[in-house]
Amino acid sequence: GRPRVVVLDYGFGNVRSAVRALERVGADVELTADRDAAAEAHGLVVPGVGAFAACMEGLRAVRGDQVVDRRLAGGRPVLGICVGMQVMFDAGVEHGVRAEGLGEWRGVVEHLDAPVVPHMGWSGVDAASGSTLFRGVEDERFYFVHSYGAQTFAQGHDEAADPRYTPPRVTWAEHGPDGGAVRFVAAVEDGPLSATQFHPEKSGDAGATLLENWVRSL
Amino acid sequence: MTVAVRVIPCLDVDAGRVVKGVNFENLRDAGDPVELAARYDAEGADEVTFLDVSASSGNRETMVDVVRRTADQVFVPLTVGGGVRSTDDVDRLLRAGADKVGVNTAAIARPELVAEIADRFGNQVLTLSVDARRVTGEVTTPSGYEVTTHGGRRGTGIDAVEWAERAAGLGAGEILLNSMDADGTTGGFDLEMLRAVRERVTVPLIASGGAGTPEHFVEAARAGADAVLAASVFHFGALTVGQVKDAMRAAGVVVR
Repeated sequence: GRPRVVVLDYGFGNVRSAVRALERVGADVELTADRDAAAEAHGLVVPGVGAFAACMEGLRAVRGDQVVDRRLAGGRPVLGICVGMQVMFDAGVEHGVRAEGLGEWRGVVEHLDAPVVPHMGWSGVDAASGSTLFRGVEDERFYFVHSYGAQTFAQGHDEAADPRYTPPRVTWAEHGPDGGAVRFVAAVEDGPLSATQFHPEKSGDAGATLLENWVRSL
Repeated sequence: MTVAVRVIPCLDVDAGRVVKGVNFENLRDAGDPVELAARYDAEGADEVTFLDVSASSGNRETMVDVVRRTADQVFVPLTVGGGVRSTDDVDRLLRAGADKVGVNTAAIARPELVAEIADRFGNQVLTLSVDARRVTGEVTTPSGYEVTTHGGRRGTGIDAVEWAERAAGLGAGEILLNSMDADGTTGGFDLEMLRAVRERVTVPLIASGGAGTPEHFVEAARAGADAVLAASVFHFGALTVGQVKDAMRAAGVVVR
């Protein structure tokens, strides 16, 4: 049957577009904040637009943080989009105020230091080799709209010492003039946890292919 | 890997129908904004903008329905402007599926509206539209451009460049700079005004008003526009989005 996907409805994000884009690529989609539904679906999408701190508050209000933790502990797929990706990091700093994130990945989401911000529009990415998400769309452009980003991605040493450990696949992008662009994480594939800084649901056919790649992997 | 310069067709919508003429082949219904938005998407538009020109509140409700149906079928960003006066108006459009909301006159009357929207939804949802023209006669402004209302018929005496800079500071995520002098002339964008605003704002800048040939889009990009918006050249079939992008690409402008 069709993979069942829950788009987490916690008050942030262009959820309608995400639902429709996932349906378009063959998922059976439910928009809900119900914890059981979110825990049991084949895949969980965490959308997010706006401020990091506000998204974290909204996420905690529906116990989305616990749902994500439990799913990942059980190896069940989660896809974060835009601020839904940023909150997977340790913290976000906006207007000088630090807010704690979910801490799945080491690193802090910070303001992009570029001549024109927000980074708004279609940019290419340097797709991680062996990526599942970018299969067939490695050379396409995706729609970004953000003023903040994770500009480093640190791998945990303890994890690296584990022979069973598979390092995350990190896809990077840049914003700014040639030679002086700021580099940031555009996507991560880390076992059951995947995320994109751009909006696949707004990235036309390329975005649809990426979502289809994810849905097929469920 | 520079961000591509966006090409944005704009549709005027009233009572759920596109009101300016539209000349596309193989179009079932040339007045349906949903069908037209899908057509522009298929042609390679990087975003689509709807301008709600409704005079009545009943028609504004119809617009919400149009946005909803468009978001169900079109998978590139959708901006909706016209008649947005409050954060509740913004909320309604975003919930319906708009990605960005254009604010114009209401922000001139009450600039705090810009900050209120940015605080509640983030600055990335807010496109501030500035309808500007060269000052003539007795009115003077530091930049030589003033903000107008009522489709360019009324001057405000507010300096257009200063207003754009102030709005960006208040939380506008991008500036849509519409030249009321060039609008409808097909004689090209007001490049001088574009450069003047570009020097002062660090948020994305959309050039609007005056597009007639593919070269005009190239000139706007070279003058510092992050995006170029046009209505009539696309509606009447004078140019396709593809033709514009081909010309931009040939001239070395980065496009999708």
